[in-house]
Amino acid sequence: MITYLEAIRLAQQKALATDPRVFLYGQDIGTFGGAFKATKNLSTEFPGRVLDSPLSEDAIVGIAIGAAIEGARPIVEMQFADFSTCGLNQIVNHAATLFYRTGTPCPIVVRLPSGGTSGGGPFHSQSLEAVYSHWPGLVVLTPATVEDAYSMLLESVALDDPVVFCEHKFLYYHLKAERLPDEALPIGKARIARPGRDASVVTHGAMLHESLAAAELLAQDGFELEVVDLRSVKPLDTDTVLASVARTGRLLCVSEEWPWGGVAAEVIARVSTEGFGLLDAAPVRINAKDTPVPYHPELWAVHRPTASTIAAAARQLLHI
Amino acid sequence: MAKPVAPVSTSDYIKAYRVMLVSRVLEDKLAALYRAGMIKGGVFLGKGQEALSVSVGIQLRRGDLFAPLIRDQAGRLAFGDTVLDTLRTYLGSALGSMRGRDGNIHRGRPRDGYYAMISHLGAMVPAVAGGLLARRLRGESGIVGATCLGDGGTSTGAFHEGLNAAAVDKLPLLVVVANNRYAYSTPNSRQYACADLLDKAAGYGVTGHRADGTDLADCLRTLRTAIHQAREGGGPQLVVADLLRLVGHGEHDDASYVEESLKKSRLGADCLQLAESHLLDQKWASADDLRSWRNEAEREVNAAADRVRREPIPDPAEEDWTALSTATMRENPGTP
Repeated sequence: MITYLEAIRLAQQKALATDPRVFLYGQDIGTFGGAFKATKNLSTEFPGRVLDSPLSEDAIVGIAIGAAIEGARPIVEMQFADFSTCGLNQIVNHAATLFYRTGTPCPIVVRLPSGGTSGGGPFHSQSLEAVYSHWPGLVVLTPATVEDAYSMLLESVALDDPVVFCEHKFLYYHLKAERLPDEALPIGKARIARPGRDASVVTHGAMLHESLAAAELLAQDGFELEVVDLRSVKPLDTDTVLASVARTGRLLCVSEEWPWGGVAAEVIARVSTEGFGLLDAAPVRINAKDTPVPYHPELWAVHRPTASTIAAAARQLLHI
Repeated sequence: MAKPVAPVSTSDYIKAYRVMLVSRVLEDKLAALYRAGMIKGGVFLGKGQEALSVSVGIQLRRGDLFAPLIRDQAGRLAFGDTVLDTLRTYLGSALGSMRGRDGNIHRGRPRDGYYAMISHLGAMVPAVAGGLLARRLRGESGIVGATCLGDGGTSTGAFHEGLNAAAVDKLPLLVVVANNRYAYSTPNSRQYACADLLDKAAGYGVTGHRADGTDLADCLRTLRTAIHQAREGGGPQLVVADLLRLVGHGEHDDASYVEESLKKSRLGADCLQLAESHLLDQKWASADDLRSWRNEAEREVNAAADRVRREPIPDPAEEDWTALSTATMRENPGTP
């Protein structure tokens, strides 16, 4: 069985093996294999192309940008998404503006081990996809399955634009697949993860699995939730979301990020403005609570949406 | 160590001076256009820094990388930027390299090794380092990358991170610091507490070089040595040049905060005038030569300005309004 984390490692291995322009740069990713082992053995297999960086997020991204200008395809690892804020300037002001300003594309992939895990705490748990989506010039991805972790990372490397790849740490070890896909939905297309007729649950990342579990709970009551996995939050596949809402008439957005200006807020804004007539009820959103992500597992379990809180919100939306 | 550094010849000096002269004439024109209200946005000049700047740009080779900063008009021209594109960018011509999408000093042609600075100081240090790293990974050697910044830029995290990372990988990076005494209005005394900016070189484990930023010959020699050492595998080189910014931060700024004693000091000397005196003293050029060179520069600048003023401005209807190169990744929700 292949884990989500192994899929990310294998995607990088394949990118290195098939494209001589690819190299990896980041903290502890060489011989040590990365904090999560997403680059395990790659420095041995590809000598000189998997490089340890100093503890310098700004320089890591800046170096990737310069390398991309010179025709390379760098994949850089932020040890945790939370630390990418130290490289934020290079990502949003340099990489994201380069093509618009100069016509020179900036094909870099910035890997962000994202999201909460038990015990992670305020600085090792953040979900920053909405932050990066705010700036023009970036593609922001949130793979929620082993297959997507693999295929979307490979597609990211092939893309001529800068990609913020928000891989979810909660899914690293327990999410498993039999085999990796040869073909996949392209970046920018959402996926109906579970069809249903009564309400659309639009979600991404680790929340996909909480939402699917919530759908199981509702199924026991005879209600069918349709679960939409966004896969990429920028570009956002509004068409698939609207088509789902057209079928169900109800929208529940679930996101692990903080509420203000988040992906859930954006989805609701789009459905309300572009598909108001499709709605039979006011849209609902569930986000993490508006505090730093707490360390203690008991607090963390309540801080973020879970199957039971999603199910409760769905029941409310459906008046059951 | 390999080859010795070639000495700076008379013709090197004259060539560099003439680029400085074009740069000065061009910047005087930009200032005049600014006062006439014809420039879109700000004007940021390098008066007093031409000797240093030209010494970087003119001694890089085709295939090298160069990320100039705000006061590098002379270095830009020396590296291959043109009077025409400078004016196009400042005047907002649709035909300029930035097509109206960015202006003034934020211009470049990254594919040609001429990186377009962002305003966030220090940011270009790791970018040039990355360009050099990619070249090395491709198996290329003998390439140098240079970037310029001021005393203020040395206080940024990006400068520190970039120079340190370049030093770790021993990249052929040249970081040229024009210590022009003020970052906008902030004097050195509020910028750093070390005795000398050059002391930082030791901290990063890189070679340091000092230049007299008012003296073209010294700048040419110092930069030639630094570039040579980087090219020959000596790792990053930090050059600190002492000089004074002879203009405001931008043309909107009267620089009233600059201390009189500094203006009257040796630092306050105009490198262009000093170079002219040197040319005359050494009998490398006559007063007639200097006049005719200046006239030539003025003719070029005026002709380019007249041409650019007749050029089309960017047409919003012709814009595709996308920041991404991949068509399938584009979206523009909520815009008309």
